[in-house]
Amino acid sequence: MTGQSIVLAADVPFPPSVEDFYLPSILPWAEHDNYWFTKITALVWLSAALIIIFFLVSYRKPQLVPTKKQWFAESIYGFVRNNIAIEMIGPRGVNFAPYLTTLFCFILLNNFWGIVPFVQISPNSHIAFPAFLAVISYVMFIAVGVRQHGVVKYLKTALIPPAPWFILPLLIPIEFFSNFLVRPFSLAVRLFANMFAGHMLLLVFTLGGFAMLNANAWFAPFSVVSWVMTIALTFLEFLVICLQAYVFTVLTASYVQGALADEH
Amino acid sequence: MINTILAEAAAETEHNPIIPIWQEIVLGSIAFIVLVVVLTKFVFPQMEKTFAARVDAIEGGIKRAEAAQAEANELLEQYRAQLAEARTEAARIRDEARADAEGIRQDVLNKAREESDRIISAGREQLAAQRESIVRELRSEVGTLAVDLASKIVGESLADEARSRGTVERFIADLDSAGTTGGRR
Repeated sequence: MTGQSIVLAADVPFPPSVEDFYLPSILPWAEHDNYWFTKITALVWLSAALIIIFFLVSYRKPQLVPTKKQWFAESIYGFVRNNIAIEMIGPRGVNFAPYLTTLFCFILLNNFWGIVPFVQISPNSHIAFPAFLAVISYVMFIAVGVRQHGVVKYLKTALIPPAPWFILPLLIPIEFFSNFLVRPFSLAVRLFANMFAGHMLLLVFTLGGFAMLNANAWFAPFSVVSWVMTIALTFLEFLVICLQAYVFTVLTASYVQGALADEH
Repeated sequence: MINTILAEAAAETEHNPIIPIWQEIVLGSIAFIVLVVVLTKFVFPQMEKTFAARVDAIEGGIKRAEAAQAEANELLEQYRAQLAEARTEAARIRDEARADAEGIRQDVLNKAREESDRIISAGREQLAAQRESIVRELRSEVGTLAVDLASKIVGESLADEARSRGTVERFIADLDSAGTTGGRR
């Protein structure tokens, strides 16, 4: 595979590898293994800055009858507040709506870089970002559960399902595994893998077109098909981007709801 | 060539996409925490406030409208009641006035009747008195006249004064009864 890639890739590296996700740093310029200021971290800062600026500007002077910008900002918050927080958690979800909205916007915009022309890589395709978001969600739902019930009762409600006693030795480890071990990993890996695979797909079809063209001029029609596929996949990516941001937020809300719930 | 292959191979093993890069975790956390702090401190509470204010404004508006409506209804009722009251009052006043007018008319009529009766009876009394006095005058005069006339006609003085007086008396009584019927007529 490596050999083949070198044969084909006189100027276009094909097939794309994991290394394509680790771009050289911007400052200091073109240095490998220096991660403090890369395209990825720049995009994360940019996302945070854009979200802050957008909300502060559009909500600088809130009015009862909203302007267009204010309405847009409100409808983002209203969407997460009503359709995720309140729907999943109930009336107490309002307290979590600000964090969930922030989370949603942050993931959505970071994902969105994956299909923005000339940027086309999502910071969330580096597991570091999904990982710490998942850790925050993990810590949050456990903290919420402990505050709601106290340590012992929370562990009881989280670990002991209403089942006959003789199954409990089997169920408790399963509950522990699924509630306290798998949850953060599944959250992080789901988002990361989607973004990673999306970027990889786009790379494969874009670079594949060039690779075929380079290999043989007669392959040109296939290259065109490949690039059309890239465009189609970009639309698919858009769907995945929105969906993953939504799923991450909904799952966080659902974990919080589970922690708040009295019954199992 | 071999070098590049080796380099590529080395590079491929260099990064494992499942292992997070700690610098990115640090930077991402800072960026995200800043974002969370700013948005949850300055933006979303404002939004909640605005939502609440909006709900308040709408509900308040509805409540105000309802209050105004209720007030208007109350006023309408009040006006209607007042109007009905005024109408009955007017009717009462009219009836009273009518009754008063009737009473006054009756009064005036009675008074007029009384007055006319009084006038008539006074007239009658006066008439009767006059007639009485006239009759009395006449009676004395007639007596003397008749006596004079009789003495002249007969030419002799009546010796028996008592008898002549009885005759005169009888005559006058006859006269009187004739005069009374004549007066009545």
